Amino acid sequence: MSINLPKKTWPGSIAEVTLGKTKENGGSRGSEIVVGGQNALPLHLFEGFIPHRPVIAFEIPDVEPPENDWTPIVREVYKDMLNDPVAWSKLVVEKYGAKLICLHFIGANPDRLDRPIAECVGLLKEIVAAVDVPIIVQGYGTGDKNSEMLAKCAEECRGEGITLASAVDEHYKTLAAAAIAYDCNLVAETPIDVNLAKQLNILLTDMNVPKDRILIDPLTGGLGYGYEYTYSVMERIRLQALGGDVMMCMPFINFVGQETWKVKEVKMTAAEEPSWGSEKERGILWEATTAYALLQAGSDILVMRHPEAIAQVEKSIDEFMSK
Amino acid sequence: MALTGLQIYKLLPQTNCKECGFPTCLAFAMKLAAKQVSLDLCPDASDEAKAALGAASVPPIKKVSIGSGNHRVELGEEVVLFRHDKTFYNETALALGVADDLPDEEFQRTVKTINDANFERAGENIAVSMVALIDKSGDAAAFAARAKTVKDTSPLPIALVTEDPSRAAAAVEVTGEAGGVLCGATAETAADFAEIAASNKWAMVIKSNSLEELGELAEKTTAAGVKDLLIDPGFKTQADILHNQTQIRRIALDRKEKGYGYPSALSIQEGIDPYQAALLVSLGVTKYAGLVILPEWHNWQFLPLLTLRQNIYTDPQKPLQVDGGIYSVGEPNENSPVYISTNFSLTYFMLSSEIDGSGEAAHIVIIDAEGMSVLTAWSAGKFGGEQVGKAVLASGIADKIKHRHVIIPGYVAVIKGEMEDAMKGWDIMVGPQEASDIPAYVKDVWLPLK
Ligand code: B12
Ligand code: SF4
Repeated sequence: MSINLPKKTWPGSIAEVTLGKTKENGGSRGSEIVVGGQNALPLHLFEGFIPHRPVIAFEIPDVEPPENDWTPIVREVYKDMLNDPVAWSKLVVEKYGAKLICLHFIGANPDRLDRPIAECVGLLKEIVAAVDVPIIVQGYGTGDKNSEMLAKCAEECRGEGITLASAVDEHYKTLAAAAIAYDCNLVAETPIDVNLAKQLNILLTDMNVPKDRILIDPLTGGLGYGYEYTYSVMERIRLQALGGDVMMCMPFINFVGQETWKVKEVKMTAAEEPSWGSEKERGILWEATTAYALLQAGSDILVMRHPEAIAQVEKSIDEFMSK
Repeated sequence: MALTGLQIYKLLPQTNCKECGFPTCLAFAMKLAAKQVSLDLCPDASDEAKAALGAASVPPIKKVSIGSGNHRVELGEEVVLFRHDKTFYNETALALGVADDLPDEEFQRTVKTINDANFERAGENIAVSMVALIDKSGDAAAFAARAKTVKDTSPLPIALVTEDPSRAAAAVEVTGEAGGVLCGATAETAADFAEIAASNKWAMVIKSNSLEELGELAEKTTAAGVKDLLIDPGFKTQADILHNQTQIRRIALDRKEKGYGYPSALSIQEGIDPYQAALLVSLGVTKYAGLVILPEWHNWQFLPLLTLRQNIYTDPQKPLQVDGGIYSVGEPNENSPVYISTNFSLTYFMLSSEIDGSGEAAHIVIIDAEGMSVLTAWSAGKFGGEQVGKAVLASGIADKIKHRHVIIPGYVAVIKGEMEDAMKGWDIMVGPQEASDIPAYVKDVWLPLK
């Protein structure tokens, strides 16, 4: 007996987005990263073309991060540089082989330290000088200051192909304009909703942001905290994109670390909950599992925190892509 | 595809003889379409009708049951490739290994850890499904003795992991009927294993690294009388798992090929890095595996893996929710605090477990917000200040307490003003954002207030 193995082909494909610019292209990055370009379901190399591997970015906060969200397990790794994002960036690049970093401006938040925009931009420039990997800059949330800060980052680091996170439905115009003017990528964030994701992409492309400069952040519900919604919304968006909907064809980015290291199942120690097992490995696996299962739903860029979790997911990606 | 009542009616004799117990053939057809009766009731049904109905009513993936009693595991009956198209029904069974050559005490301790891998999460129980007894001794008597110990000390079904039919037979003999699943049959041993499984009502897994051969073997094995069969396509890399599991699900749903409409098994090898092993399990969970056997494990793997499984197998059409109304944590009295929240299960259970941990008995007023979390409900307009205020007054909580304080979730501090307008004379207190900070809040804010 011989069976007919179904090979599913699709009319659509995912846009290719390039992060970072090297000297040849007017920047100073040591490498460029391309994501997207596939015409198959996630990691389905057996039936389609997947030209680029999913990538992982290390998240680095601009100021010492709060303990309730960066638990002792992650703090331990970066303990000598919690207050020094430049040293932190160097460490992840030099020691852990980071190919991409995500600078997260939590200190700019008016409800936290309200750091002035100029300071934030200055820090970004220092990091641009200190490491040569492509960079994502993530704001603290939404609001006018957030947009202004990201726009200023784009302006001051023009030519480096940085990625701005994130445009949301009420605050996208300033960022869209900056992305176009300074040749940056833009993350389009919507709250776990297929239609809202498409609508924001339409708004952005209407403003002339090229399709190959947009990344979709479908919003990540943490494992156990709304994860199933994210998983399915990503599958649905990806199916529509492969079906030929060009307003859905952008690669995905998921901010995984931010949803991992604040949940109860990660924070509780083995002393408090013996049957939950060692908190170190449990936390690392929580982050790795979240990321790994999102890869199955289509993630192209995963923003993570713990180097061990990152190494494990990288190892799996290698295994998938080596075929 | 399921047939409609009218399509079925056309296949029936249309004589309205009432033998089936229904007044007309049409009435019977309607019941058949609703899957409430079986075609056997009509003595005159044609072979054509039987074939058509049979094919349409059999689920594309057979239901398989492993073990017996309360902890019986049911697999299969899946109907979709993507959970949003309907739902995934029977969650991946996770079997954890215990080697038969461990010293007595360690063996028993390991089985106990597997039994106890059982957690309460969002009002549901999430647990490891089976004990996988791994044949390391290579000795039938030793294997059987260990199987007996598992049977006597664990309520869970047993997965007997041995490639040797005689050892499997010895273990089955001491554990009795319908004790679990035999894992280890290949093309060479399929017939022997099938005989043991069929005559003892055990489930069995048949393995082949060739997808083509797997279908043939599956057909032969069911023909030999095995009722509960799983198919294991084997793998070398993660890419193989994705490919094999996906293709098996597709072929099964397609119904054109015979031999693939069975739940699949994924057997993870020993000696691999524990993080990688856990990721393989999670691949099995997201990508269609019915049974996953993890021979070596650590207790820190349990929660992430079981939580992922719970998430993926939640019905996307209906969020888990609790009813609106007043709930008690501990034995609250007229001086106890009152917390306000939404009826999303996860929200409710996280809140109540933290209140429990605070040591201060309390009332919780749950507002029906269509099963949405606090912020989701608020942004969907189901948790506005006026609405919440009115609902709290209507709940009857005022009769249960002497004070006039209520605590609202920190994430919706903005509704405080409107609630004050709707609840004149009440003190609306803004609690912490995360439920985990409630014990501190009780100590620092609530108790001093009293
Ligand atoms: C999963 C999810 C959904 C799911 C719904 C899940 C559900 N059943 O509620 C879906 C995809 C359907 C959804 C839809 C929407 N969502 Co939504 N969603 C989320 C997500 C990812 C997780 C929510 C969750 O499950 N949290 C877990 C539960 C347990 O949290 P919780 O209820 O708040 O409970 C905690 C605390 O509040 C506290 N607590 C609870 N009760 C009480 C009581 C007291 C007294 C105290 C002290 C504490 C306390 O304890 C719990 C643990 O700490 C969040 C973002 C995120 N990462 O958190 C967005 C989020 C809540 N959604 C958001 C939005 C905007 C929406 C939509 C309006 C989008 C849209 N326009 O369609 C819709 C609304 C729904 C509709 N119109 O039908 C926004 C809300 C923005 C805001 N700040 O108001 C968020 C924050 C995302 C964002 N950043 O934009 N969403
Ligand atoms: S027994 Fe068969 S023929 Fe008779 S009424 Fe029922 S369906 Fe019709």
